[in-house]
Amino acid sequence: MIPASFDYVVPRTLPEAVAELVKHGQEAKVLAGGHSLIPLMKLRLSTPSFLVDIGRISNLNYIREEDGQIAIGALTSHHDIEFSDLLKNKLPLLTSAASQIGDPQVRNRGTIGGAAAHADPFGDFPACLLALDAELKVVGPRGERTIAAKDFFVDTFTSSLEPNEILREIRITTPPPGSKGTYLKFSRRSQDWAIVAVAAQVRVTGHEVTQVAVGLTGMGSRPIRASGVEQALRGKAGHDDELRKAAERAADGTDPQQDLNGSPDYRRHLARVLTRRALEQITAHH
Amino acid sequence: MAISQMVGASIKRREDPRLVTGTGSYVDDIPQTAVVHMHVIRSSEAHARILGIETARAKEADGVIAIFTGRDLKPEFGAPLPVTVCFVPDKKYPNHYPIAVDKVHYVGEPVAIVLASSRAAAEDAGERIEVKYESLPAVLDIEKAIEKSAPVLHEELGGNLSYDVKFASGDADAAFKEAEVTIKQRLIQQRLIPIAIETRGVLADYKTFANKLTVWSSTQIPHFVKVWLAVILGIPESNVRVVAPEVGGGFGSKIRVYPEEILTALASRRLGRPVKWIEDRNENVKATHHGRDQIWDVEIAARKDGTVLAIRPTQWLNLGGYCSQFGTFQVLGMLVAQGAYRMKAFDGRAVGVFTNTTPTDAYRGAGRPEATFLIERVMDLVARETGLDPVEVRRKNFVRAEDQPFTTLLGLTYDSGDYTITLDKALDLVDYVGFRKEQAEKRKQGKYLGIGLSTYIEICGLGPAAATEAAVGVSLWGMSVVNVHFTGKATVIIGSSPHGQGHETTYAQVASDVLGIPVEDIDVQHGDTAIGPMGMDTYGSRSTALDGNAVHISAMKVQEKARKIAAHLLEAAEGDVVYENGKAFVKGTPSKAVTIQEIAAAAFQTSRLPKGMEGGLEATTFFDPTNFVWPFGAHIAVVEVDAETGATRILRYVAVDDCGTRINPMVVDGQLHGGIAQGIGQALFEQAVYDEAGQLRSGSLVDYLVPTASDLPSFELGATVTPSPVNPLGTKGIGEAGTIASSPAIINAIVDALEPFGVKDIAMPATPQKVWQLMHRNGGTTR
Repeated sequence: MIPASFDYVVPRTLPEAVAELVKHGQEAKVLAGGHSLIPLMKLRLSTPSFLVDIGRISNLNYIREEDGQIAIGALTSHHDIEFSDLLKNKLPLLTSAASQIGDPQVRNRGTIGGAAAHADPFGDFPACLLALDAELKVVGPRGERTIAAKDFFVDTFTSSLEPNEILREIRITTPPPGSKGTYLKFSRRSQDWAIVAVAAQVRVTGHEVTQVAVGLTGMGSRPIRASGVEQALRGKAGHDDELRKAAERAADGTDPQQDLNGSPDYRRHLARVLTRRALEQITAHH
Repeated sequence: MAISQMVGASIKRREDPRLVTGTGSYVDDIPQTAVVHMHVIRSSEAHARILGIETARAKEADGVIAIFTGRDLKPEFGAPLPVTVCFVPDKKYPNHYPIAVDKVHYVGEPVAIVLASSRAAAEDAGERIEVKYESLPAVLDIEKAIEKSAPVLHEELGGNLSYDVKFASGDADAAFKEAEVTIKQRLIQQRLIPIAIETRGVLADYKTFANKLTVWSSTQIPHFVKVWLAVILGIPESNVRVVAPEVGGGFGSKIRVYPEEILTALASRRLGRPVKWIEDRNENVKATHHGRDQIWDVEIAARKDGTVLAIRPTQWLNLGGYCSQFGTFQVLGMLVAQGAYRMKAFDGRAVGVFTNTTPTDAYRGAGRPEATFLIERVMDLVARETGLDPVEVRRKNFVRAEDQPFTTLLGLTYDSGDYTITLDKALDLVDYVGFRKEQAEKRKQGKYLGIGLSTYIEICGLGPAAATEAAVGVSLWGMSVVNVHFTGKATVIIGSSPHGQGHETTYAQVASDVLGIPVEDIDVQHGDTAIGPMGMDTYGSRSTALDGNAVHISAMKVQEKARKIAAHLLEAAEGDVVYENGKAFVKGTPSKAVTIQEIAAAAFQTSRLPKGMEGGLEATTFFDPTNFVWPFGAHIAVVEVDAETGATRILRYVAVDDCGTRINPMVVDGQLHGGIAQGIGQALFEQAVYDEAGQLRSGSLVDYLVPTASDLPSFELGATVTPSPVNPLGTKGIGEAGTIASSPAIINAIVDALEPFGVKDIAMPATPQKVWQLMHRNGGTTR
């Protein structure tokens, strides 16, 4: 379990990092927290000959609110997200998800940017970013561009990042007052990847559900939105029977995989149960 | 006699400061210069002929010193790897060499070794080795392996069957005729991967001109490894030294002589340099033996009042690609499957089969978890079928206190025990009656609680030499040396080889009580064949019953000599001198005493010794008890099953164990905590899974789930103490009790929770998906 030999560079700025990626092309990989890439390299399943360690680029670790948006630097650790007061107040969906990733060691090292760029369909942040309609700001040799979360996650371990682009920042529109979110994760042990997880963000205004977004983890080769649930609930009063009925549509159109932990049927069932529970939890004290 | 102070005291483990600060010295920490690193190329095929191994390109790689294949090394093996009798003297098994020569039989079997200046260089070179295989059909499953059309692993054996033996007594046919209730059930013991935190590792250093070999190995059995290294490599045993330094867990997985111990030694002999191999986790999951992988089919004959008349179990065992050294030890499960219960007849059969999987061998409990799972499930199945409470069924069938010493149908004799005392105490702790009320209430709200019992007995303390020689093939005894130094401090050498059990602490407590020497003045040494006589090492919860008592006996011998020296110093008659708490004095005059320190000094001065007495204050003991020891206890699990997701949460876990005298109750509790966790691992989480081609699908700790602290409840432990009559300390064993007892307690609890859904059994591991499927196989309706 020793990686194949590779070269390693530690750029201090994003432009330097991009330049390294351009120089080394397909041979290069970006290293952030390393909690996905290093295990793959130790098994020699991934054998990049060049690593660009962005871990010491100084201005990529932050959580701040500006212009009605919450901006999170790509190198912000899961731990920092879990314990951010700003996020606890305004985006509890993210703190809730962060607190359920791996174990404390993983949360101390792993970064939200790395988790997004890795595009693991069983990762916890992608479904959250999808449900929150996040924008992902990336830099490449031709400058910066913004990718919507719905366009960012393409397939298993595949994002729409070009090989010479680096994810710089994640932006999420600050949810309006009354909008609440939670992340419900079902796994065999507390530290495991999700079998299925549900990221839900809901706002009930007066007696009307004015916002509902549900992202699903583990229900396909990329995170997906439970659009059937959203359609069924939007504009409704948010009564229990409406929540229940809407949640029944959580697995509509999904094609989850079979693995050691769950069959497609079981995953669809879990998606419905977890969606209902998430919706009930969010609307409980309304 | 000594005043008992230390036995029974929960003093802190002296091992822990170095272990928790990372200053313990494991194999990989042993300093050595000019070390050559070994990397093992392992079979990627489950079943294949080796057509050729191309090493030329690899030999040119940077840092490579040598590459050897099975063909290169075969002439140097003086014998194949050992296989012991272990209850099945007439089994068929192939010669198993440390490295494959012509054919491979499981994924992970060594086919070549690369020796290089660093592990990284060795692994890089390894990628350049091309092994040409002719793939053969693989068979992985016990039942498929004994079909006529199955591919045969070892043609010389004429099939995949190793043995098919009966273990029967009493008239089972009559019992089944008499039965009012008969039940048939299949119980699965899934394949498990032991996962010690420290993987295996070996450092071998052969000195050419002296013809001397020193091997440091992460093993449970340094003494046996020494013998077999000598035999297989043809080096005089007196020239072989094996050291088990700090060993980070074993659970049975380090109980055998392993290929890599031979291969590093051979390579060191060839190269004239020390050779090191440290197993990585990727290798560990397939190169270190697996546990369990058995099917138990049982038929039960009972009366409507819950009396069990007879059981007819068949134990199907998956041996894997070869018969491992203690590969048939698990048949012990058949011998003790009667459990804590009386019955009229026992009609057992054990069948061992080769398949293209990693060889199986002992794993914590080794046979006893299987036996306990069987008989404790039997009790619950009978309760369900008769409509009786599982507690009552157990009480009805228990061996009674007045039956002790009780002889089982298969001829084993229990040493002691009143099984109602641990049961009563556990029921009390868990508030069984209160729970049943709560359970009924919760069911009305659609919440499913369950309670599961496991009233186990356990055989350990291997173990009378004659009995173990007959059954296992090796005479097993306890060994100790107690040596009091000039200044009155003592060294204790033990034959056991602890790897987490805390012998350095507990055996110092034993010696301290006998000699009255402060516990901190007693050093306990182990795990080095050069420091003392042949020991029998550590496995099967044997150490304290054997070696712990050997320490007691050696200390008593020393005390007796000390008393004689004291009598001489006090100018008193030997018969008038008593020894208490580190002092000897004439009965009635304790104020005129000589201390052990003064006696020790005298023992090294001829002028102060009685005439004709040899100098020194030392004793050696080979302790051979009259019987095995039989701990027992009652474990009770309370679970809640989430009806929607199938997830099981353990709400409470109560355990009342009787392991005889407790030398250090805190160490006992620690053993129980780990053991219970491991049994829960089998019940809920762990399973080694192969795909059809024989590749391990659960080959990493992402897919092979061991329980973590956050998945477990806080254990509630109670105890009773029934000293064993077969050894002077009255100790039994506790290393495996938790694992033996906990799996059936958990499964019984889940099945109890699912009773409204008509569920009578669930296979381990009880994953959420499996539970959910069982609850919903009838559309989720409850009775």
